[in-house]
Amino acid sequence: MAKKYGLIAKFDTPADIMHAAEKVRDAGYKQWDVITPFPIHGMDPAMGLKRSIVPRFTIVGGTLGFTTGMSMIWFTNAYDYKILIGGKPLFSPMFAFPVSYELTILFSAFASIAGMFIMNKLPMHYHPMLKHKEVAASSDDKFFLYIETADPQYSEESTRSLLESLNPVEIDELDD
Amino acid sequence: MASAHSSSSEPKPAILAEVNPVDIPRAAMVDNNRSFNWITEKICGIIEEKTPTWWWVLFIIACCTASFTLFGLVYLVSTGVGVWGLANPVNWGWAIVNFVFWIGIGHAGTLISAILCLLRQKWRTSINRAAEAMTIFAVVCAGLFPVFHVGRVWLAWFLFPLPNANAIWPNFRSALLWDVFAVSTYGTVSVLFWYVGLLPDLATIRDRCTSKVKQVLYGFFALGWRGSNRHWRNYEMCYLLLAGLSTPLVLSVHTIVSFDFAISLVPGWHTTIFPPYFVAGAIFSGFGMVLTLMLPLRAVYRLEDLITQYHIDCMTKIVLATGTMVGYAYGMEFFIAAYGANDFEIFAFVNRAFGNYAWAYWIMISCNVISPQFFWFKSIRENTTLVWIISIFVNVGMWFERFVITVTSLSRDFVPSSWGYYSPTVVDIFTYLGTFGLFSVLFLLFIRFLPLMAMAEIKAVTPQADPHHH
Repeated sequence: MAKKYGLIAKFDTPADIMHAAEKVRDAGYKQWDVITPFPIHGMDPAMGLKRSIVPRFTIVGGTLGFTTGMSMIWFTNAYDYKILIGGKPLFSPMFAFPVSYELTILFSAFASIAGMFIMNKLPMHYHPMLKHKEVAASSDDKFFLYIETADPQYSEESTRSLLESLNPVEIDELDD
Repeated sequence: MASAHSSSSEPKPAILAEVNPVDIPRAAMVDNNRSFNWITEKICGIIEEKTPTWWWVLFIIACCTASFTLFGLVYLVSTGVGVWGLANPVNWGWAIVNFVFWIGIGHAGTLISAILCLLRQKWRTSINRAAEAMTIFAVVCAGLFPVFHVGRVWLAWFLFPLPNANAIWPNFRSALLWDVFAVSTYGTVSVLFWYVGLLPDLATIRDRCTSKVKQVLYGFFALGWRGSNRHWRNYEMCYLLLAGLSTPLVLSVHTIVSFDFAISLVPGWHTTIFPPYFVAGAIFSGFGMVLTLMLPLRAVYRLEDLITQYHIDCMTKIVLATGTMVGYAYGMEFFIAAYGANDFEIFAFVNRAFGNYAWAYWIMISCNVISPQFFWFKSIRENTTLVWIISIFVNVGMWFERFVITVTSLSRDFVPSSWGYYSPTVVDIFTYLGTFGLFSVLFLLFIRFLPLMAMAEIKAVTPQADPHHH
């Protein structure tokens, strides 16, 4: 007998799932999620989610990239092995700029993706949702909302009746 | 992100009732009001169906063509760079021409995926995946030329600031080194951007797979994506950031490529107009290539509902706009030369148009400046055969532009005693032709194994994806 992970409700349209999410948010649940085949505009406030913090990773990456570029060029061309060409200064931020600029972008891009993966805990090749019988519909054209048994407010009757009040197409149990 | 549910409950401004604005119809991104499921079936169907015969035929032809590059490069490495037609004063021949050509092709992919994303141009969704793939494959083809041009290709890693036996570092004052960083960053970020965009679609394919092998492979690369809205939130932010990062990147890459020329002292190269002029040219040639690739795909896979006439209109108009900008730059170069009153500069430009490479110059002008002007006419934009033919002219013209810039200036530099006439060798020609094979091999593999269009993004721009749609 598989352990129960939560209760899952299926919806047909983006409007239905969004109204459902608003109600689950207002009921005060914390450990729940919405599974959609594409991002639905306005779903974040409907779920009560705040703005993503991925940009903080980006700014760190970008700053690191720029300083790496500048200091690398200073170290290699002006300190470790001085290359004097045409009487030009050994270091100038002018000629160091293009490379530092590219490294800023490169490091920012890596940091943004790393930030997204860290915040989303990806890669995660195992999740109860991926075993659900309708997983193919969840990445095609159907919309799902599940509430975990781990939620402090979870109770078999009240959670089920809340989900039923949302007018889903179907309610099912999600096995761990 | 504005809260959608609150906007619907708010009353409309009173002024709207008074002025009664005309409802301006927006072009549909997906014709015939197709459902989400139709989009999934259509795109996944391309991968899931039995490999069509035409695919095998094209794949074998492409492999044979790609072998030209392989043999050309093996011969070059085993013999020396002299097998290319490089000789004083023209030491930058087809290699640099082909490099700039392929890098330029790549730029439309990034423009579509990044700049049009920032500008909220929804029509990008059905072409961005293929255009980004084109970018990556074009960068692969481009990268071959400078790497092998260094001669001793096994020492190409000297280009990077890695400790080597000479204990000497690269010279960071050189635009060629800036290019190394620009192009490698561009290639890397393009792959990352492409892969992040692929994640949700890989998950869709994983969920539909029937064979275990495919399930494991697509599942591995999908990283366990499950379409959770807690994920979409970070994902969309990350995608937006990557678009924001790729935009300055794409503009800087061709700027830096143009610095290879512009910061030298050679007449005809040493001009400040080069960066914007190269970027416009890159976007122009890239859109030419997008049209060349997408129109046959649209016809073969019956994708007319996803790549609509509106999409073609948008692309042809960008070709028209950038082609006209390029034409303006050609004219402006002459003005700068004349107004600068520098004899060498004036000579370089008169020589371009009327000298020993005048044939190449006029091919360039007719392909790049004249041929896109046909796109002013709606009837031509609606005739896909003609659009495709013009897109070929654009590709040809942009190759000639790089040829004209590189070769005319070098073959007639300061000292008449060193003047020469550059011709490519047979090795040059076949190595270059082979890169089209390489590009085609990669592109054919892409359309066979990966979703050709960004399904999740297309679904998100359909009217029924709006939670307020009724």
